[in-house]
Amino acid sequence: MLEILRLPFIVHALLTASFAAVVAAVGGYFLVSRGLTFAGHALPNIGFAGAAGAVLLGIEPVFGLFAFTIGAGVVVGILGKDIRERDVSIGVVMTFALGLGLLFLSLYSGYAQRVYGILFGNILGISARAVVATGAAGVLILAVLAFLYRPLLFSTFDPPAAEARGVPVKLLSVLFMGVIAVTISLSIQVMGALLVFTLLVGPAATATRLVKGSCAAIFVSVGLGLAFVWFGVFLAAANGRLPVSFFIASLSFLVYLPVRLLSPMGREAA
Amino acid sequence: MFNLLSSDVFQKALLGGTVAAVMAGVVGYFLVLRAQAFAAESFMDICFAGATGASLLGQSPLVGMIVFSLFSALSLGALGERARGRSVEIGMVLSFALGLGVLFLSLYTRSSASHSNAGVSILFGSILSVQPADIYRMLACGSVALLALAVVYRPLLFASIDPSSARARGVPVRALSIVFLLVLALAAAACTFVLGVLLASALLIAPAAAAMKLTTRPSRSLLLSAAIGLFITWVGLLVSFVGPWHHPPVGFSISALAGVVFGAAAIRGRRGRPRRIQPVDLDREVRGSGGSR
Repeated sequence: MLEILRLPFIVHALLTASFAAVVAAVGGYFLVSRGLTFAGHALPNIGFAGAAGAVLLGIEPVFGLFAFTIGAGVVVGILGKDIRERDVSIGVVMTFALGLGLLFLSLYSGYAQRVYGILFGNILGISARAVVATGAAGVLILAVLAFLYRPLLFSTFDPPAAEARGVPVKLLSVLFMGVIAVTISLSIQVMGALLVFTLLVGPAATATRLVKGSCAAIFVSVGLGLAFVWFGVFLAAANGRLPVSFFIASLSFLVYLPVRLLSPMGREAA
Repeated sequence: MFNLLSSDVFQKALLGGTVAAVMAGVVGYFLVLRAQAFAAESFMDICFAGATGASLLGQSPLVGMIVFSLFSALSLGALGERARGRSVEIGMVLSFALGLGVLFLSLYTRSSASHSNAGVSILFGSILSVQPADIYRMLACGSVALLALAVVYRPLLFASIDPSSARARGVPVRALSIVFLLVLALAAAACTFVLGVLLASALLIAPAAAAMKLTTRPSRSLLLSAAIGLFITWVGLLVSFVGPWHHPPVGFSISALAGVVFGAAAIRGRRGRPRRIQPVDLDREVRGSGGSR
């Protein structure tokens, strides 16, 4: 089992996946608590359009990812709290972006290969430079989240009270979505646009059912996220045929299911 | 123009798109009313697993989509009264379904070199390669769905707008919710087949959301929603077949039109119209005191 650790691409995969898992677990906790699960599903898909556009223009896909996810994240942050309005608007914007992505890809001749890379991730083909970049961006995100921790928590769980106390709720919400957008862009290389959502929501959803208290939930969420990606990468490497993202998604679901069915807690987080 | 109508591909695309658009417009109205956009989104992703699984077994992707989404409608219905506020649970099921889809797809594309583009047509729709058998299947789904909605129209509307008083009046809210999820599953499968996993909500959500910004009367927004769905499908197909800009993909034309129509309706709807359904309308439509037009 351990000899596969000598393969550089496995080490790169494990490192990048770990960075992505930690950042996604922390951001995902707030995302789930704020009831923004749908946005977590929509942003990566919007990012896909950005990546496709960047490919068309001949620049690195990651810049397109950043531009589109951050733009969309800020819009979602500005949109109101009314879930009915918000989900519908997110859905329409997402569909529009995906249509654009399809157009970009049809204009670009090297069609299928690139689509698959962005949609399904390319974890076993990550370069050493990308590992360093992911690590640096991950540290930056964690620093921002640590800096915003208290006001963000306050405005997540009791927005009216936070607003009354002078916490800039709207600004925080926009900043937070910006952070989530960067997190998603990092995680797309691991899971692909379709399944980034799993890293964001899976560990956090399980953690909020397991422990009370935000700090504990965040740590459990990080632990679960790391466990999912490590087991996923190992299983995929040992198996050699099946995609990593399938293993990570299944692990996360198989852990969530018994926790959801057996845990009496988590009503307040739903 | 007439050349176009005699083209075989265009005819089938037009037929398939029309069936999906009408179904989606009507079902979409209730979907938006009940704030179940995310549930609809999850059906599309579940359809991804269904379609790839069916391809792996050598079946039509549409069959897999229908089977998978009906099954998940039943399980979602068993979970609770309304899927509202259950976004985490829906999200977990959705991510598992996508994971399964990725697995099936990787097995399928590896099974033969000619399958390498199967994923693209499942994700972005196969409106240009609709088979006659699939059109019959979609017609059957559409008739069942519309018939079911016609039967439960009044109680479903009542239960969607005001669940607590509907329950107090003895309306079977829970059973209605399951019936609606099943109908939604059929519509989601048809739209996903035509427009693909990623673009299906252009037909399922956008027309209804636009219609509801323009009028509050339920029957009127229902019809308007179906009309907008048909409009964007037909114009989208036309633009892709005869329009300038070297034939953009159909999925792009339809979803871009959907976005534009929704945006225009949102801007127009802002101008001081009441956006919520008014009690007067509810009385008129549901309790039948004013007749339903």
